[in-house]
Amino acid sequence: MQYRLQTPLKRSDLAPLQAGDTVLLSGVVYTARDAAHARMMELLDAGRPLPFPIEGAAIYYVGPTPERPGCAIGAAGPTTSGRMDAYTPRLLDLGLACMIGKGKRNEAVKASVVKNGAVYLGAIGGAGALMARSVQSCEIIAWPDLGCEAVRRLVVQDFPLTVLLDPHGGDLYRSGPAAYLASRSTV
Amino acid sequence: MSTVRTIDAAAIRDAVEALCIEANTSLPADVKAALDRAQAAEPWPLAKQTLELLQQNLCVAAREELPICQDTGMACVFLELGQDVHIEGSLTDAVNEGVRRGYEKAYLRKSITADPLQRVNTGDNTPAFLTVHLAPGSGCRLTVAPKGAGSENMSRLAMLKPADGVQGVKDFVLETVRQAGANPCPPIVLGVGIGGSFDHCAALAKQALLRPLDQPNADPFYAALERELLEAINATGFGPQGFGGATTCLGVSIEQRPTHVACLPVAVNMSCHVTRRASREV
Repeated sequence: MQYRLQTPLKRSDLAPLQAGDTVLLSGVVYTARDAAHARMMELLDAGRPLPFPIEGAAIYYVGPTPERPGCAIGAAGPTTSGRMDAYTPRLLDLGLACMIGKGKRNEAVKASVVKNGAVYLGAIGGAGALMARSVQSCEIIAWPDLGCEAVRRLVVQDFPLTVLLDPHGGDLYRSGPAAYLASRSTV
Repeated sequence: MSTVRTIDAAAIRDAVEALCIEANTSLPADVKAALDRAQAAEPWPLAKQTLELLQQNLCVAAREELPICQDTGMACVFLELGQDVHIEGSLTDAVNEGVRRGYEKAYLRKSITADPLQRVNTGDNTPAFLTVHLAPGSGCRLTVAPKGAGSENMSRLAMLKPADGVQGVKDFVLETVRQAGANPCPPIVLGVGIGGSFDHCAALAKQALLRPLDQPNADPFYAALERELLEAINATGFGPQGFGGATTCLGVSIEQRPTHVACLPVAVNMSCHVTRRASREV
């Protein structure tokens, strides 16, 4: 199935999604990766607000290339999500609805996705130029000193994504290869 | 006695600048051809669709002068230098200046931290990771192979026992691929080093990634092992991006070296479908 979703995301928007479905996401997406996550944890520890509203938000794990003059963004494919695993359950408990990246998550993240009715969506790794086409605008909203790791507010239109972890415990990294292998054994 | 050829360091700087840009915006012909073949042969619909997106990405990158991948990598620079060459000026400075200029000019990402634990970005993607190999004669061949971290982080090295033999090597390579899963952006490309010392083995694995995918190992024994590993990796069913399918790996290149009687080092340098390299003679 293909779904069209608009941020901010409601749990009821995400409930029908199943691992392997495709999503065209539109609206606001915030970028954050290793260093920005570490700083967000420091803010939370200090009881201070995060740089963006987390309830219903989508975070894209990306460090884009610098934009050419007249372009919204440079190449902008996903980075490996597992490096953010240590920080993720805390953000999901605060209302984070959607993570966009690539690669396996740990058991704690999977459990937290189910518990919070959230989703983990996959962007095509290594397809940075293609992903950039869906980005309409990009502005740095926190920590410009982090360079490519600064937090950016992206406005995206029909961002092409695939459901990797769904709110019901589905995991495409398990079910996808298993389905393919089963099709081979029945040939 | 042979005469010494003098090369101005500025010529090396300019070549490195151009190669950084070329490597990051266009895929080598052999990798593109492997991707084309895989796409034609892929039987699984979601996998075929995913490979089609990778092809579209290459077109967009070429048309809009964008890097193929946002991780424009560590600037790995390989210099094959004739021993009859004298470089006028600082080689290291020339290579770093070439990287600095290329990454700035083409809007490539600056991804290098000055210190591994204190993590401050150097801001210009330097220093380059320079490897020099001396060769006979007076040639000077430069290769820039930008290396992204998604796949680099999934690389591994093991000091096997000689008794582990070929089977031990195969098991270690397959285990490395299984552990990596979707992280290194499959379809992957593998550089495998076998033998040497601990440090040379890792360098061999990286060196193996420079060999075009349509060029098997010159030794038939290792060429057969390359084919066998490729088949075994594709039988995992991980597929493009780990979503399932026949295309998990585009190629395996092995480089082997003499080693100690008590050693069997094996290193796997993992690379992705954006295995980039560009070369030129100076």
